[in-house]
Amino acid sequence: MTSKSVEDYLKALYVLSRNGKAVATTEISQYFKIAPASVTEMLKKLAEQGYVKYSPYRGSALTEKGFKVAEKVTRKHRLLERFLRDVLKIDKDMVHPQACEMEHSLSDKAAESLCRFLKHPDKCPDDEKIIPPCDLPFYSCEECMRLHSKGLEEVGKRKENLVALSALKKGQMGKIFFIRGGRNMLQRLLDMGLTPGTRISVIQAAPFEGPVEILVRGSKLALGRGIASKVFVDIESQSL
Amino acid sequence: MSCHSPSSSKNRKVDRKSGKHLTIALAGNANVGKSVIFNQLTGSNQIIGNWPGKTVERAEGKLHFEGHDITIIDLPGIYSFSTYSLEELVSREYVAFEKPDVVVNVIDASVLERNLFFTIQLMEMEAPLVICLNQMDSAKKKGITIDAKKLEAVLGVPVVPTVAIRGEGMHELMKTAIEVAQHKQYVRKPVVEYGDEVETRINNLARLIEFEKLELGYPSRWVAIKLLENDPEIRKLVSSKSEDVIHASETLSEEISRIHREPCFAVIASERYCVATRIASDVQRQNLLKTTFSEKLDWVTTHKVFGYIISIGVITGLLLWTFTVGNFLSSLLSNAFSFLEPVDPKVSGPILSIIWNGVFGGFVAGVTLIIPFVIPFYLVLAMIEDSGILTRVAFMMDSAMHKIGLHGKAIIPLILGFGCNVPAIYTTRIMETRRERLLASFAITFAPCAARTIVILGLVSVFVGIEWTLALYAIDILLIFALGRIALKVVPGKSTGLIMELHSFKVPSLSVVSKQTWTRTKSIIYMVFPIYIVGSVAVQALYALGVFEPVNNAMSFITVTWLGLPAIAGTLLIFGVIRKEFILLALVAIYNTTNLALFLTPVQLIVLALIGMIYIPCLATIMMLGKEFGWKAATIISAANIASAIFIGGIAFRLLTLIF
Repeated sequence: MTSKSVEDYLKALYVLSRNGKAVATTEISQYFKIAPASVTEMLKKLAEQGYVKYSPYRGSALTEKGFKVAEKVTRKHRLLERFLRDVLKIDKDMVHPQACEMEHSLSDKAAESLCRFLKHPDKCPDDEKIIPPCDLPFYSCEECMRLHSKGLEEVGKRKENLVALSALKKGQMGKIFFIRGGRNMLQRLLDMGLTPGTRISVIQAAPFEGPVEILVRGSKLALGRGIASKVFVDIESQSL
Repeated sequence: MSCHSPSSSKNRKVDRKSGKHLTIALAGNANVGKSVIFNQLTGSNQIIGNWPGKTVERAEGKLHFEGHDITIIDLPGIYSFSTYSLEELVSREYVAFEKPDVVVNVIDASVLERNLFFTIQLMEMEAPLVICLNQMDSAKKKGITIDAKKLEAVLGVPVVPTVAIRGEGMHELMKTAIEVAQHKQYVRKPVVEYGDEVETRINNLARLIEFEKLELGYPSRWVAIKLLENDPEIRKLVSSKSEDVIHASETLSEEISRIHREPCFAVIASERYCVATRIASDVQRQNLLKTTFSEKLDWVTTHKVFGYIISIGVITGLLLWTFTVGNFLSSLLSNAFSFLEPVDPKVSGPILSIIWNGVFGGFVAGVTLIIPFVIPFYLVLAMIEDSGILTRVAFMMDSAMHKIGLHGKAIIPLILGFGCNVPAIYTTRIMETRRERLLASFAITFAPCAARTIVILGLVSVFVGIEWTLALYAIDILLIFALGRIALKVVPGKSTGLIMELHSFKVPSLSVVSKQTWTRTKSIIYMVFPIYIVGSVAVQALYALGVFEPVNNAMSFITVTWLGLPAIAGTLLIFGVIRKEFILLALVAIYNTTNLALFLTPVQLIVLALIGMIYIPCLATIMMLGKEFGWKAATIISAANIASAIFIGGIAFRLLTLIF
């Protein structure tokens, strides 16, 4: 079990880092509104524990271990935000700080149940950021919901680090592992060839939150950004 | 819904024996060339173009081939037999219940794997099948070679390679289709063997279905697969007859999901694709090749900068081309006709002269308005459609269209709306939900169609200036977005995301483009000329009789006081509902001159054009709206048009008075 402050730091790195790039210490100190010196001290500690790769001048980046923790906390945070806003109708300004408090004590099992209860939401209420996927080894939420209604057995965990297709850059390739969404959209994507394990590559991504053009099974497909942010892939070797 | 009456199927069987009459259905993915083949075979002019969803309802045509009377059915393009869309549902019911003698599965050879996914489903339907391996030329351009004989052997279905656009392989295709129809080479063994754990369960369920004698009209194996996929329609159908089968299917699909840790329908889709992949890699060879020209075009047209420039260029280019060429041709034609202008311009003359004036005026208006504007517009539109650029415009415009609750594909009917609103509203069927079709249609009613363009050009370009014409169009596009956003608030609901195949670019085919232009122009000429001539006579006669006075007076508060137009505008606008050009036509008829600047100030000309552009959809469009969405929706949309026209027209009048 990681401590609250560790989780907060990892989450900050997760949020501040763009495309896995290192984050400068000053950026983190501005984020928390505390002195850079204490940030540095904390980062060194995190590096010792293997959560962060820290270099004094280049900044710090999450390790795979750190990424997993950060993603999980961020997921809990954004799920809680949805819950507080949509179900409890809590004031907009209150949602974020409240979720920040609750995210650390929410167990993994409770987070899974919350996700099902909220009907697997895809974005958080304030800034439309994607809620990271869970690590249950399902291809779709449909399966999770259905299996759970029949008494969920132990299903194990997914090993891959999944990224939303919408976050992929031009030329990147990935293998589809998880699609968030209801039956209709899922069926349509399956029919177009996006079956589990299918390799896709991104040909082009339009600006202004425009669609993503992908190559799948020899055909070119345009997916709106909303749909692309519900398709999760494991990024493969980046050369193309 | 297709109904399955026993008498009709009996008749069909009689026909089959005599071998005289055959029905051949064309089925396949969107944009693989079904309509091209349909046109080739039947000589009809189904609209074709390089974007998915042209055929929204099945088309029927006749063909006489080597002593056979053949009916060809062109089914809409679909990717699967699930129930994602109405087209998929209708198509599968057609294949199952109407039992065409042969289904010709048209396949895009350059995307073999994805197309085979649908072929497999057709085989599961146990339809007598011929595969038409189309677009062999574009496959070759992509460096793909396909061994058709091998594909035939693997599938156990005749395969005919074709290049439909050039008519290659059509004869062979028909011969093969007739052969299959006559010998009924049904596929007996299941070609698609799923994995053992799935296959045994399909067989068990199929046996149970056969045992229960459900008589659903569909093959038992297919029903079994659909039940395992939890297809809502089939489930409903079966549950009304046998709860046992439903229970069995639930247990079995549950077992399959447990084994694969995926929903059963995903397992089945994956397995189908597995088979498709295996077959495709067996029969095709991908040669290494340089980037094709089409690829480069693709890169440019979806580029983050050039893509927008090209998209906007396509839309404005289409309009500018129509304006400039139209203006030029129009003035040429008017000059040619001017020496024929009737010598006696009096409206109050004897009846005969009124009629002659009217007929002649209507005819001249038809020739000088329709020919010069409509033909160039449709010519370029057909080229744009055939090239494949429309899907790229849809791609680039997706995020903008989301602002009015639609996705990128909606730009396609909107652009078609610049030609004529009626087919454009029909084309909104490419959108997924009723709500989206309604929103798109609402936006379309503000798209300045060819008729409105004629009014705008006739009033504004000629007498005020081309820059004001462009300003009017700019205002109109802003208006579409502003009102679209309001409509979005009024019609709540979730928007669907874009899922669209981007097909390869093609060099527009001369014959397709010219045929398409002619088909569209012809339908307008046939419809418009009689209306013009009769309408023109009616306007002159009614004017001579003084019928317009009370109408004009009744509307004068709006037309004169609020909009600053002459009182006659009341009459014009009422006639304009029938067809928008009547605004111009009636004006010419009433003033009996084509030099409208003598009677109207520039401000009045601009305001009248603006009002004419947006004040109400024409009668044909209202009918179409009523047919597609019900009269309530049609009335509301029309009312919204009227309200916004009055509002904007009044503001425009006051602002323009400051400028001029």
